[in-house]
Amino acid sequence: MFSLTFLTFGPIIGAALVCLLKDDETIRRAALIISLVVLFPGIAMVLDYNDSFARAQASLTAEQAASGVFVYEEKIPWIEAFNINYHMGVDGLSMPFVFLAVFLCPLCVLASWGIREKVKGYMALFLLLEGAMIGVFAALDLFLFFVFWELMLLPMYFLIGIWGGPRRVYAAIKFVLYTLFGSIFLFIAMLVLYAKTGSFSLLELPQLMGGIQMTWAVKLALFIGLYVAFAIKIPAFPFHTWLPDAHVEAPTAISVILAGILLKMGAYGLFRISYPIFPDAAAWFCTPMAVIGLINIVYGALCAMAQSDLKKLVAYSSISHMGYVMLGMAVYREESLQGAVFQMFNHGTITAMLFLLVGVIYDRAHHREIDGFGGLVKPMPVYGGITALAFFAALGLPGLSGFISETLVFLGAFQEQRLITCLSTSGILLGAAYMLWTYQRVFMGPVNEKYAALPEISLREICTLAPLAVFVIVLGIFPSLFLNAIDPTMEHVLASLQKGREAYQATLQVAGALVP
Amino acid sequence: MTLRAFLIVVIPLLSFATIILFGRLSRLRGICDRIAIAAIAISFILSYGIYRQAMSAYDMGEPFLHLTAAPFEWLTFDHPEAAGQQVSWKIGFWVDSMTAMMLMVVTIVSLLVHIFSLGYMKGEENYNRFFAYLSLFSFSMLLLVLTDNLIILYCCWELVGISSFLLIGFYVNRESAAAAAKKAFVTNRVGDLGFAIGLFLIYSHFHTFSFREVFERIQAGEMSSLKLTITSLFLFCGAVGKSAQFPLHIWLPDAMEGPTPVSALIHAATMVAAGVYMVARLYPVFTPDSLLVVAYLGTFTALMAATIAVTQFDIKRVLAYSTLSQLGYMDGRPGGGAFTASMFHLTTHAFFKALLFLCSGSVILALHHEQDMRRMGGLWKKTPITFLAMLTGCLAISGIPFFSGFYSKDMILAGALEFGMRHPQHMLLFLALLVTAGLTAFYMFRLLFMTFTGTPRDPHAYAHAHESPRNVTIPLLLLAFLSISAGWEHLGLGGFFKERVIPWGKPPVSAHHAGTPNPLFDAAYAQEPPATEGSGASATLSEGNTSPTGHGEEHDDLAHTAHVLATTLSVIGSIIAICLSALFYWERFRVVDPARAAAMFGRFYDLSYNKYYVDEFYDRTLFRGLEVVRNFLARFDLRIIDGIVNGTASGTVKTSRGSGRFDLSVVDRLVNWLAEVIQGYGQRIRRIESGVIQNYVLKAGGAFGVMVVLWFVMKSLWGGA
Repeated sequence: MFSLTFLTFGPIIGAALVCLLKDDETIRRAALIISLVVLFPGIAMVLDYNDSFARAQASLTAEQAASGVFVYEEKIPWIEAFNINYHMGVDGLSMPFVFLAVFLCPLCVLASWGIREKVKGYMALFLLLEGAMIGVFAALDLFLFFVFWELMLLPMYFLIGIWGGPRRVYAAIKFVLYTLFGSIFLFIAMLVLYAKTGSFSLLELPQLMGGIQMTWAVKLALFIGLYVAFAIKIPAFPFHTWLPDAHVEAPTAISVILAGILLKMGAYGLFRISYPIFPDAAAWFCTPMAVIGLINIVYGALCAMAQSDLKKLVAYSSISHMGYVMLGMAVYREESLQGAVFQMFNHGTITAMLFLLVGVIYDRAHHREIDGFGGLVKPMPVYGGITALAFFAALGLPGLSGFISETLVFLGAFQEQRLITCLSTSGILLGAAYMLWTYQRVFMGPVNEKYAALPEISLREICTLAPLAVFVIVLGIFPSLFLNAIDPTMEHVLASLQKGREAYQATLQVAGALVP
Repeated sequence: MTLRAFLIVVIPLLSFATIILFGRLSRLRGICDRIAIAAIAISFILSYGIYRQAMSAYDMGEPFLHLTAAPFEWLTFDHPEAAGQQVSWKIGFWVDSMTAMMLMVVTIVSLLVHIFSLGYMKGEENYNRFFAYLSLFSFSMLLLVLTDNLIILYCCWELVGISSFLLIGFYVNRESAAAAAKKAFVTNRVGDLGFAIGLFLIYSHFHTFSFREVFERIQAGEMSSLKLTITSLFLFCGAVGKSAQFPLHIWLPDAMEGPTPVSALIHAATMVAAGVYMVARLYPVFTPDSLLVVAYLGTFTALMAATIAVTQFDIKRVLAYSTLSQLGYMDGRPGGGAFTASMFHLTTHAFFKALLFLCSGSVILALHHEQDMRRMGGLWKKTPITFLAMLTGCLAISGIPFFSGFYSKDMILAGALEFGMRHPQHMLLFLALLVTAGLTAFYMFRLLFMTFTGTPRDPHAYAHAHESPRNVTIPLLLLAFLSISAGWEHLGLGGFFKERVIPWGKPPVSAHHAGTPNPLFDAAYAQEPPATEGSGASATLSEGNTSPTGHGEEHDDLAHTAHVLATTLSVIGSIIAICLSALFYWERFRVVDPARAAAMFGRFYDLSYNKYYVDEFYDRTLFRGLEVVRNFLARFDLRIIDGIVNGTASGTVKTSRGSGRFDLSVVDRLVNWLAEVIQGYGQRIRRIESGVIQNYVLKAGGAFGVMVVLWFVMKSLWGGA
């Protein structure tokens, strides 16, 4: 039952099945059912996760546990000549995102109900995308990871390029080429690692790296290459400009997936690949990373404030929110690391809500100009209320999940990077400013006569939003539900990072001036 | 006790959730207001129980204190320095006499405002939502008062802010209300940034948020005095925002865009006073130095706001500036033990200011939403109850003896004077506060005279004016009663407030159980921050009016002198100010035309009338700057950063086009040329192909021979090496 293979290939097979169907309505329903069929095992796995993890931890020897504890593992040889395995499994780092993927997809199918053209192609590609995304988070073999990583691009390209807005082709090509550009570095790093160690296993590589000789310069080059590959996905300044374009052009559901899941892959890649394999280089990169986080937070917020397109504003707010993740990752404290992962998850739910909400208004008014509305609360009070909740969550209101993750990041980061953290707190001020300013312009003030008779949010749309709202509220009040589950894994990450920092400091003493 | 505290907090929250989620169901639609009132009433009754308990425990000489024994562990982390230990975010309740006090203030005012709103908000659109927001506010404010740790304090700090946002923006389709709501929240956030940094400093030093642990460890001297000063000033930033102290005071006058009951509850009685409460609650964190900064800032705000209030015409704005001024007053008293007087003034102010606001609401209601005092006048005949209530409020805030404000203001002034006598370089504080007291009396009676006396300036509105319905006037009368009696010592509600408040200056620990000091109690109530005698400036600045050292008698003498002097001066000042006000604004006694007086002051009048142009200053500098920066960055992002990306892409395209042309014109031509050349040679070589078989054999044999020879040559060359 707890099969990651099922979660990954269920939707892919589903995509094939969808192709066999004829009627549009049937296709929509089939896609929804397929995504739900994947969702329920996903929920069961989350509920079971803590127990399974405890069992797995108990069954491993200390030596085995040193490479991390994983659950729901599946491992079969794939290409034996090159020691490539089909190795799936999750830990506290990936489980939240596997769950987020299976959880968001039904909502996105529901949000795509309004797609009228080429429904079959859309749903098939969407399900393919779902499978590939889950595969990225579940893969424990670098080669397999790379395969899913690339596989994901294909449906994304078409989903933006065919069903997108007016500049869809430009946005789609930009997105794909940008990611491919990063993939080159990932690919090179993968090959070099394989050449040195003869393994693609993400579990073995950290240990194997300890036994081989590699000059500091090569290490740094590989680390930075991997960083670029992942930074593009995060997206970290200055590799972020594909994001606003992709978001603005993509259909609502694809924006949701893009913000909710794809962006997480960048930070996840750093956590899963860069940090364990190059912990010493990671230690070298701490302060630059924190600075980039700061830039993301402040720069993203300021750019968001200057936007006139609602969707672009949300896109830039994403950049700002992902800055917290980077700041949290740059500091080796339990609070900040957990905060970073929690922020990734929360960003997934909160920004998903924001994009869905933008979609709701776009479907009605057919534009997204912030200044083109006004007083929308009057015709659409429920919509206004849900948007208020989402905006409050995005600006980090206590009681909602975003507050906890931001606070954790700050509390951890402050212990090491005082100045950068203090400067970053301006992000919560700017966040409040642009969120509330937007809310004021769109929802408050005199009613714009043109939109005085807009229909209220529909039940279907509420169904896409309500589950996310529940997560935002429940995790805001009981964050331990999430944080306790990821805690053992994060402790492991923290321990390996701290070892890396010691190694780095030792290198510093030995290498002296050689180190930049 | 924990359960009771929990219920006090949770019941309003449930009311909020019920109204928001199910308020549209037909069965609930009609009773949402009653749900909210019932919720706050239950909270009030439970709070009263706690209050009684606090009283009796106090009378028995026990430092009444309840801390949740087994707090809820919100989050836990490994301790970064001490291996094996846990950092735990514990959440529980902290109940002591100050909490009990605040509970009473919040629930009483909130309950009365709820009842007042029944009449005032009747028929408004979104009537139910208004009560939901009131419930949300009550929840946040009560939790803020009851919590035992900094992180929840911070959470509630923001939550009261968002309730305030929702309520200021209640008239959602009014542009000015929407702008004011945003301004209030964002300005508060500026202060909250400082609060947050203070929080980080405390957490990174102590790895706990619990008041108790932090206080104990501060008392144990785990944080240097300088660091404490810095930390406490950062924390105080939160209070500056919430209590609308200079330079973050700009949001409060605009917040008057909200419905008047909201102004009374949130922007006068409770939320804005949270800043004062915070300083009192976190008292052990504050050092004498930081308290002095607090005092100066508070005094400055008090004076500045009072000078603005003198020239305003909007009845609610006058009250708003008066609130600013009074909040500054609460912060304004310097020295150790300040919080007794501050909290006392907070309590009395909560009642009389809520009263004044509700009265202004009643006036506004009577005049069909007219707020300009220049169009009022002579209303006392039409609305006698409101007039009497307002008069009470004005007397109370002016510090006329036997009204509550007299006692609390007196305490602050006496403290300030005593401090000034002890440290003459800080005498300015007392003088400024004294002038403020006079100004307060002047502008409050200006308001009263302009509104209720003389001939009606808008006969039409006057003709339609009417006394408000009973559910409006009853809260007024109750609040009027409290505004009088809240300061009394032995009569009526004497024990109710005065006894609670005054002894804070003399904690029962030193009085009754001097031998067995309770560290926790000392930490929370220590009059003197933990500085030893003669340890430099900090020690001399602390007032130490309860210090059990030998200076006691001399000290009491000084205190007594200060007290008598301050009382006399302030009462005389207030009475003169009221008379002056009558000469200006009561038509019957008018001697001076206010317009001419205004012209006489010219420039000063302009400054005051335009609120010293602080808003304009911020607009021109901060907001303009922000606009420039954000627009620049947005263009930078589009042109430069994205330009590089697109440039790279188009560069690649151009390169590929170029290489395409190169391919076509050079490489391909070369190939073709080569082909032609080969073809040419082919033509010549063709002649070899004679078609005669013997020729072929000969040529093949020759070729073979050459190859064999070559092979041997090569072999000998390489093979030998």
